[in-house]
Amino acid sequence: MQFGLSESQQILKDNARKFFANECPITEVRRLMETDTAYDATLWRKMAEQGFTGIIFPEEYGGLGLGVVELALLMEEAGFALLPGPFFSTVAMAGSLIESCGTDEQKKKYLAPICNGEARSTVALLEASASWDPAEAQITETSGKLTGTKLFVPDAAGADSILVVARDGIFVAEARAPGITIQPMSSMDLTRKLYSVQFSNTPAEKLGNASALPQARQIATVALVAEMVGGMQRTLDITVQYAKTRKQFGNPIGMFQAVQHQCADMYLETESSRSAAYYAAWALQEKSSDAASAVSIAKIYSSDACRTVGNRGIQIHGGMGFTWENDLHLYYRRAKASETMFGDASYHRERLARLVIDAGTAVSQSAKSA
Amino acid sequence: MDLNLTTDELKFRDELRAWLKANAPKDWDEFREESMEKRFEYLRRWQRKLFEGGWAGISWPKAYGGRGASLMEQVIFWQEMARADAPPMANVLGLGLIGPTIIAFGTEAQKKRFLPKILSAEEIWCQGFSEPDAGSDLANLRCEGRLDGDHYVVNGQKVWNSYGWAADWCELVVRTDPSVAKHKGITMLLVDMKSKGVEVRPLRQMTGETEFNEIFFHDVRVPVENVVGKVNEGWSAAIGTLMHERGTFGAGLQIIYQRNMNRLIELSHRMQRNGRPAAEDPVVRQKLAQCYAEIEIMRMNQMRAFSRINATGVPGPEGSIQKIFWSELNQRFQQVAQEVLGPYGQLESGDDHAIDKGAWSYGYLRTRGNTIEAGTSEVQRNIIGHFVLGLPKSY
Repeated sequence: MQFGLSESQQILKDNARKFFANECPITEVRRLMETDTAYDATLWRKMAEQGFTGIIFPEEYGGLGLGVVELALLMEEAGFALLPGPFFSTVAMAGSLIESCGTDEQKKKYLAPICNGEARSTVALLEASASWDPAEAQITETSGKLTGTKLFVPDAAGADSILVVARDGIFVAEARAPGITIQPMSSMDLTRKLYSVQFSNTPAEKLGNASALPQARQIATVALVAEMVGGMQRTLDITVQYAKTRKQFGNPIGMFQAVQHQCADMYLETESSRSAAYYAAWALQEKSSDAASAVSIAKIYSSDACRTVGNRGIQIHGGMGFTWENDLHLYYRRAKASETMFGDASYHRERLARLVIDAGTAVSQSAKSA
Repeated sequence: MDLNLTTDELKFRDELRAWLKANAPKDWDEFREESMEKRFEYLRRWQRKLFEGGWAGISWPKAYGGRGASLMEQVIFWQEMARADAPPMANVLGLGLIGPTIIAFGTEAQKKRFLPKILSAEEIWCQGFSEPDAGSDLANLRCEGRLDGDHYVVNGQKVWNSYGWAADWCELVVRTDPSVAKHKGITMLLVDMKSKGVEVRPLRQMTGETEFNEIFFHDVRVPVENVVGKVNEGWSAAIGTLMHERGTFGAGLQIIYQRNMNRLIELSHRMQRNGRPAAEDPVVRQKLAQCYAEIEIMRMNQMRAFSRINATGVPGPEGSIQKIFWSELNQRFQQVAQEVLGPYGQLESGDDHAIDKGAWSYGYLRTRGNTIEAGTSEVQRNIIGHFVLGLPKSY
């Protein structure tokens, strides 16, 4: 048993840190967030060359065949850099869904181009009800054609294909297929654009096996949590640096315990989120019996932590933290979007309650009666 | 990263699991209303049994009665103890803090003399660190150790000494050189509590118990061979102990937390709220799930920390997050328990209507001390701020 990164995992993480620092510094993040799709073809090609776009997918489709832990490490570094654009939606959401639910044929058609960097994709899950429960999807398929509207679809405008969670299964539609209308939704996170996608008799192909949807969703959730951890780490680093240099009353403000203790809490929240994220990634990878609860635990903790870490970071920066020029609000915006995505802390607390309180017989068997 | 057990770890776990199934006592909860002394004797017998079975001091060297296994097996040990719902062990400070300090800083003779009896609970240990004027500012301690031939003569007072009333030995820090900077003239001594001039006085806590003590030393003679580490360099040994206290000590608490959580879930199905079981109340569910999540994260943090210690050899200052986490979580948990139990939560031991013999009112009051004992939350945050994050020292 070893709850630390292996040498190769550490190398992957270090390389990703360097790669994003070089290829996507914060100036580039700011440039891309002002564009329509926050997508940059050159950056994407370089990421594909690194193997990032196929990191967890089987080698037969051109992927690297690594595990969920490696995906989490890569996402952590993407989050640290605040990587804009469709990487998360293409790889963690759509890619893992195709891999889990697609037939061999479909994987060749849709997954292989993701691995080699040729295609972007996304998943359309939410509708007007904003329910994260796939069973509540209203959009329906009739003789191979989809009709209905999806909301909050990340990165839809740059996607080549869109996976649609519908009432009667999971479908994949070409983004340029007839009857699709994609409209931007103006939202808080400037680096991950959201869209409404309307389908009107749009031809779509059904994925082979919808029963694997929960597994794919959990992988995407863990990837998101890892990305949140990276954002928290960056917020902490920026804040500690500021607290060491900003002077008031003749001293660095980091000398004052009121400031120092906030930084200590940011550290505690970041590290605890990281433990939970790594554990959940490992549990999913190994299909451990507590994987479902581990994913919710990670999302519960990090959803609250990424908000409080952001709050503390901005507070410590004082007026500067409230300016557009300071980078913290970019992380703060992403943190709020991520907090909501796939269910916030309250949503996952209820999910965990169903797993461990209602099905509590197994848990409470070990407890003694009075 | 691989949380799967290795073949050796698996073998260890299976053996331990079988042993616990056959040997772990089932009647610990029934001792809830017995005297502190009787409860302690119970845990002492249980530790003795673990020792005889070869299960005390998992990661301690074989030569001194330990098992010579890795820290990861130590983690597995706590997990299995929790799973078996086994009672904790008696010699808490000896096992968690003082033994590891002797292993790291002690002489060969000290290791041979003291370690096996810590493991068997034959000798119970307490710590003599805090003083009336040296709490968070521990290095300000004044209890004096004056060299007289081949003995140190100790004079002074210590306070907040858990298990002082039960202790056979004390890990004591004294000032041996008042002429140098406060961190420099400190020496660590191992003191026989039966020595002439040692006086233990009970301190009654807000729970009504007298877990803590004051210890007075009047011309107590301690042989020089009982110095741990070097004379006047006791601060580093003391910090070693405190790192263990913060970093690894919490692992043993997992048993208690998981037991409590399981029990509270069970009670939440029974207690009524708004005409239905509390477990069906959406607000209670949120709070229970939050506690459950945090107890799991405490375990994950500890597993990560242990892996790091396993690789580097010593706990570092980042262990302070464990201390903050377990202490504050325990307080939040007890508050949730109070909400689940409603008016029953306040009933104390001895009341006919009390649930679990008053364990919950006791727990609520006792955990209030968690963020103070073993270094306050404020001191832990100072440590993280300065030693981990590199912020300027605030004091």
